[in-house]
Amino acid sequence: MLDWSPSIKERFSMPTPILAARDVKKSYGRGQSRFDALKGVSLEIFEGESLAIVGKSGSGKSTLMHLLALLDRPTDGAIELNGSDALLLRGRALNSTRNKTFGFVFQQFFLTGGASVLDNVILPLKISRVRSRERKRRGLAALAELELRDKAGNRASALSGGQKQRAVIARALVNNPRIIFADEPTGNLDSATGAVVEDILFSLNREQGITLIVVTHDEDLAARCDRRIYIRDGLVVETESRAA
Amino acid sequence: MRTIDVISTAIGNSFRSKLRTTLTVIAIFIGAFTLTITNGLGTGINNYITTTVAAIGAQDVLTVTKTQPDQSTGPHKYDPNQMASTSPGRPGQTVEGMTPADISTIAGVAGVVSVQPTLSISPDYVEAGTGTKYSLSASGAVPGLKLQLAAGAQPSATSSAPQIVLPVSYVKALGYSSDRSAIGSTVNIGITDATRAEHTVGATVVGIAETSLGGTGGTSTANEALAQKLYNAQSIGLSSSSKDRYSQASVRFDKSATPAAVTQLKARLATAGYDAKTVADQIGTFKTVIDAIVLVLNSFAVIALLAASFGIVNTLLMSVQERTREIGLMKAMGMGSGRVFGLFSFEAVFIGFLGSAIGAGIAILVGSGISAALASSVFSGLPGLTLIAFSPGSIATIILVVMGIAFLAGTLPAAKAAKQDPIESLRYE
Ligand SMILES: Nc1ncnc2c1ncn2[C@@H]1O[C@H](COP(=O)(O)OP(=O)(O)OP(=O)(O)O)[C@@H](O)[C@H]1O
Ligand SMILES: [Mg+2]
Repeated sequence: MLDWSPSIKERFSMPTPILAARDVKKSYGRGQSRFDALKGVSLEIFEGESLAIVGKSGSGKSTLMHLLALLDRPTDGAIELNGSDALLLRGRALNSTRNKTFGFVFQQFFLTGGASVLDNVILPLKISRVRSRERKRRGLAALAELELRDKAGNRASALSGGQKQRAVIARALVNNPRIIFADEPTGNLDSATGAVVEDILFSLNREQGITLIVVTHDEDLAARCDRRIYIRDGLVVETESRAA
Repeated sequence: MRTIDVISTAIGNSFRSKLRTTLTVIAIFIGAFTLTITNGLGTGINNYITTTVAAIGAQDVLTVTKTQPDQSTGPHKYDPNQMASTSPGRPGQTVEGMTPADISTIAGVAGVVSVQPTLSISPDYVEAGTGTKYSLSASGAVPGLKLQLAAGAQPSATSSAPQIVLPVSYVKALGYSSDRSAIGSTVNIGITDATRAEHTVGATVVGIAETSLGGTGGTSTANEALAQKLYNAQSIGLSSSSKDRYSQASVRFDKSATPAAVTQLKARLATAGYDAKTVADQIGTFKTVIDAIVLVLNSFAVIALLAASFGIVNTLLMSVQERTREIGLMKAMGMGSGRVFGLFSFEAVFIGFLGSAIGAGIAILVGSGISAALASSVFSGLPGLTLIAFSPGSIATIILVVMGIAFLAGTLPAAKAAKQDPIESLRYE
């Protein structure tokens, strides 16, 4: 009866999800050793939302995040970015989309220890061909936002764990992404430092409207998100929204 | 990533593990150093030949020999005209001699102005006054080919007086106080004829020859008159048919002949059965030999470079391994595979550049030092010889070739980095 064509959606003023997974499946290996990490996951993420992907180790959280971040291609199903098929993106267009739209925060910091904090932070800008002077300006601004301005010239290896993760967030932020993916962002931090990092991420979400997708098995972190989806053995078992 | 950023990042990366980069650079340095020195040797010697020998060589003379039968396939028929060669070659090598008939044939070839047989003379000794006798080897002056003199003048081709140019080494031995004081004095030359009888021929010393690269260090040069006298003396007792046997002859042609005309003249002589070479041709042969030696030396240097290039492969494979996560992260952040490839291959090129530029630079310093030292000691008798000389062109070529080799060596690790899957790299522990 209801035809969910875009025009009708617009008439009903349904917002287009910034990112959506449609019955996404992902298998590793072939034949005997084939392993289905995701067995058909659908979800929609709207601009400005914060979403937690929760599940036990090996449940497929990171796999789902990699598919949503266009780092990997699903075996079956579709990924939509702003309502258009993201799997059609390839090569240069795909790289530039990732560079301009996404920011990444990983459990391991992936900072280059020998390079300066500033150099680490401006890496996404370097990749997107921003000129040196502008890079520096935006890099320092991002560091200032995370209260690391005075550490800009230090070697990244000389930072404390919490500072490292803040530097990583500055790097995720520097190219003004619309979505930040955070895979276990507090996994390597003690609870106090972890809480600070969480506060920073949620304030970015609230104040700058950056969509936040957090992969975690930490219930407290998950509880701070607008929405939680629970994954078990490659399937979404439960979706939970914060009571408004 | 902008190309300038790729380059500066690559340079920065190569300094990240200093020890490894240094060791690889040293390996390349050795190859590039050797290559520069061997090349410099070739350049230096060839320059010397060109500037000193060619500048004084007559441009209007051909050295003519009878075209030799092909000796590469089996024994050939006995020929009573065969005679020992006087030109440098294998000991015991024989050439088919020329007879007066040949000389007149050559004189009849269009374009030949004059022809003069080269007499091969073998004197026994030389003495000044009643002093000690010193053994002597001498050859007739080649028309137009000027000697490098320490004192005196060139032997006269037109004078009927017998003249000789002695090498510097004879000056002190014969009892003269200086090169200059030997000029104008008379020496006696002893020579044995076919009947083993001794004769002496007097000659005026007109010049003292510098030692030169051609190996004429011990050989004296007789003018035409003296050569003829000595030849007559040593031929006493020979039948006229054995006497008039020459290994080669000198042909003069028109001074203003164009290179094309010279080529045609050589072709006409070839049809008549004679090989003809200009001074330039002879120098060319000499240079070919030197080029061949330099080529062999260069190939050793290139082998060293090939070994060094495996060092580059190794170094870069290690850094690709070390930077797996960083590569994964950059790719996740949207860096294209081509740029990742560029990053690592440029690092290889930069290492190649460092090694070759330092190698060439130090080779230039060392080479110049060595040739300066040799020029004032061992080669002091060879003015104008810079043993190891460097031309900007060949230095640039060496650096570019080494960078090229380094690039090729870098392609394997760079391709490995470019192929890396960002997810795999990010999972990498
Ligand atoms: N390249 C691969 N080849 C084979 N199996 C894989 C591959 N990548 C992931 N898997 C498997 O897929 C499943 C899901 O992995 P994933 O990394 O998504 O788990 P996760 O939920 O993020 O776990 P954790 O909380 O431990 O990070 C795991 O069983 C894992 O072993
Ligand atoms: Mg995971």
